[in-house]
Amino acid sequence: MDAGLLAQFVANGLMLGMMYALVAVGFTLFFGVLDVIKFSHGDVLTVGAFTGYSTYLGLKLLGVANPWLQVAAVVIVACAAMALLGALIAKYIVMPLKGAPALNVLLITLMLGTVLRESVRLFYPDGANPKRFPRLLPTDAVALGSFNLRLDSVLLFLGGLAVIVAIHVLINRTKLGLAIRAVAQDEETAKTMGINFTLVVLVTFAIGSAAAAFAGVMNGLYYNEINFGMGLWLGVIGFSAAIVGGLGNIYGAILGGFLFAALQTVGAVALPFASAYKDVFAFAAVIAIMAWRPTGLIAERTSERV
Amino acid sequence: MTSKLVQALIAAMLALGLAAGSAQAAKKTVKVVFIGPLTGGVSANGIGGRNSADLAVRLRNADPKAKYHYEMMVLDDECKPNVGVQVATKAASDREVIAGATHYCSAVAIGTVDIYHKFGLPVIVWGAVLPDITYGNDYKEVHRVNGTMINQNDVNAKFSTGQGYKTFAVIHDTTDYGKGHLKYFGEYVKKYGGRIVGAFGVTADQQDFTAELTQIKSLNPDAIYFGGLTPIGVRIRSQMDKLGIKAQFIGTSGIVSDAFIQGLGPLAEGTLAFREGAPLDKLPGGKFFTAKYAEAGYPEGPEAYGAFAYAAMNLILDTIEKVGPNRNKVTAALGHVKNVDSIVGPISFDDHGQNTVAAITKYVVQDGKWVVWEDSEYASGKRKLAK
Repeated sequence: MDAGLLAQFVANGLMLGMMYALVAVGFTLFFGVLDVIKFSHGDVLTVGAFTGYSTYLGLKLLGVANPWLQVAAVVIVACAAMALLGALIAKYIVMPLKGAPALNVLLITLMLGTVLRESVRLFYPDGANPKRFPRLLPTDAVALGSFNLRLDSVLLFLGGLAVIVAIHVLINRTKLGLAIRAVAQDEETAKTMGINFTLVVLVTFAIGSAAAAFAGVMNGLYYNEINFGMGLWLGVIGFSAAIVGGLGNIYGAILGGFLFAALQTVGAVALPFASAYKDVFAFAAVIAIMAWRPTGLIAERTSERV
Repeated sequence: MTSKLVQALIAAMLALGLAAGSAQAAKKTVKVVFIGPLTGGVSANGIGGRNSADLAVRLRNADPKAKYHYEMMVLDDECKPNVGVQVATKAASDREVIAGATHYCSAVAIGTVDIYHKFGLPVIVWGAVLPDITYGNDYKEVHRVNGTMINQNDVNAKFSTGQGYKTFAVIHDTTDYGKGHLKYFGEYVKKYGGRIVGAFGVTADQQDFTAELTQIKSLNPDAIYFGGLTPIGVRIRSQMDKLGIKAQFIGTSGIVSDAFIQGLGPLAEGTLAFREGAPLDKLPGGKFFTAKYAEAGYPEGPEAYGAFAYAAMNLILDTIEKVGPNRNKVTAALGHVKNVDSIVGPISFDDHGQNTVAAITKYVVQDGKWVVWEDSEYASGKRKLAK
């Protein structure tokens, strides 16, 4: 295999990994503060992507033609709207079930995910069909032999990286981050120290959901297509990535996301059998990793009963 | 005062209800079923088919000469074989249901034929193209108005190699539908002197195809043949562009839908695809169908197979009118359908219940529309396909 092709595979894998990581970060944040698994996360991503798409259509109607302005508005509106949706889900669906078995939260969010997904399909105009997401970023391409790198892919990757760095800084360098970490470590003690528990949970859900919205818009801009079912699979993969990395640890989630993308790419390229089995291969590898390290590659520092 | 008004209203409503009831009682109600994918990625085609079948029923019910009043039960197979089997059983085990127009997805249709046979429910498949649905069994109950993928791939391979494409990379979904396309296209391409340089099976809900496409790029084929349905067809075509692959994109009947063009915009330009049956607007019945469909005011379009769904349902209604609402009689009568006029051309069922339509129409996307190849600017040489 020549170097150009190899570079192409790596570039494809990195892009996929970034999207998975952004979704996985959400799962891990929610688990960190509330010890819950929120299965509607992938569908929040879908709603985010459709919100971004609607924003674009709205801007077009208003006559805003500057693509940079459009991208900024699409990202901001999608992230803000999903942050709000995430907080609402936390307040009215997840928090009231706080004392209930974790299975209940898992089930109710699974149902909610179906409701969100089917609502997009039924109530979004012509929502059953795939939608063409506009190309808003410059598509200048560099071709080095068989390696084709487009500027929009690079920008998207950098955007994703910026979001991850921002979350890192927020968690580790701000007072809010300190509160999130405190709640994650010990809810009771955090409360006695005067931390507003409810607010911290809502903000955490808002952050995770905004990251998912960003991943959704990124997905749309990268593939130039969105559909109502896009979040389902991304949700499953993001969840697996979070588990493999170590649920509750954001670096684990990022590692897990890139690892999963790498496994899929290897599964499609390097293995002798048909590429149809790449997901089988990737998930089998995930199972193997979980058997080897049940708490994930980077476990939470405080031990957690899962 | 108010209570008197209410009483009067109730009396009036009762009278109206009785009148309506007696008008309906004159005709016996007969139940038929429509099954297709109403949710999921290919639901646009399923809903188009449902509307078209519904139109056939509506027009019949509005016809004063019809002997029966028809009621269409609508079931959703979600394009998933397991769901399809459940809903098929539901329809077939309901003895009031006399016949059905069933299935767009081949993977579903092939899974349900046994059920129709077991329960003796006559059905006409309106969209699925896998040959085995009719040719893989001897079931008298199963018929199909649209053609199979055998003729489609014959025409496709002959045409594509004729256009100068000699090497093909195949991407197909791993359902019976996609694998069937791979099989028949492979056979015919060989026959016409072409070569398949690589075949890639993908799952029907896959999002990212960059790994497969990068491999295809290294194989450098003249054309990429895609055996699958619209949703992933849209993704593959758009990701080809991302990776700078210039090969011609050739699809099957699975992508002949407006959703494909809407999903891709200008990128759809120059895509080739093939479908059975003569083009709708070239048939006298096609204009009638298009006009009536518009008149009925369905919010969604009929899509590529709507006309077949209409023809299937209409044939069922014709047969019930002729032999009465009895499953066995309908099955027997459908076995003798020869040269019956329909909006998709004359229908003749062979001994496997397969409509022997030989005509395959070649399509190319030109300016955001599926245009019949012979009428396109590509055929006249004004525009060029990718090469």
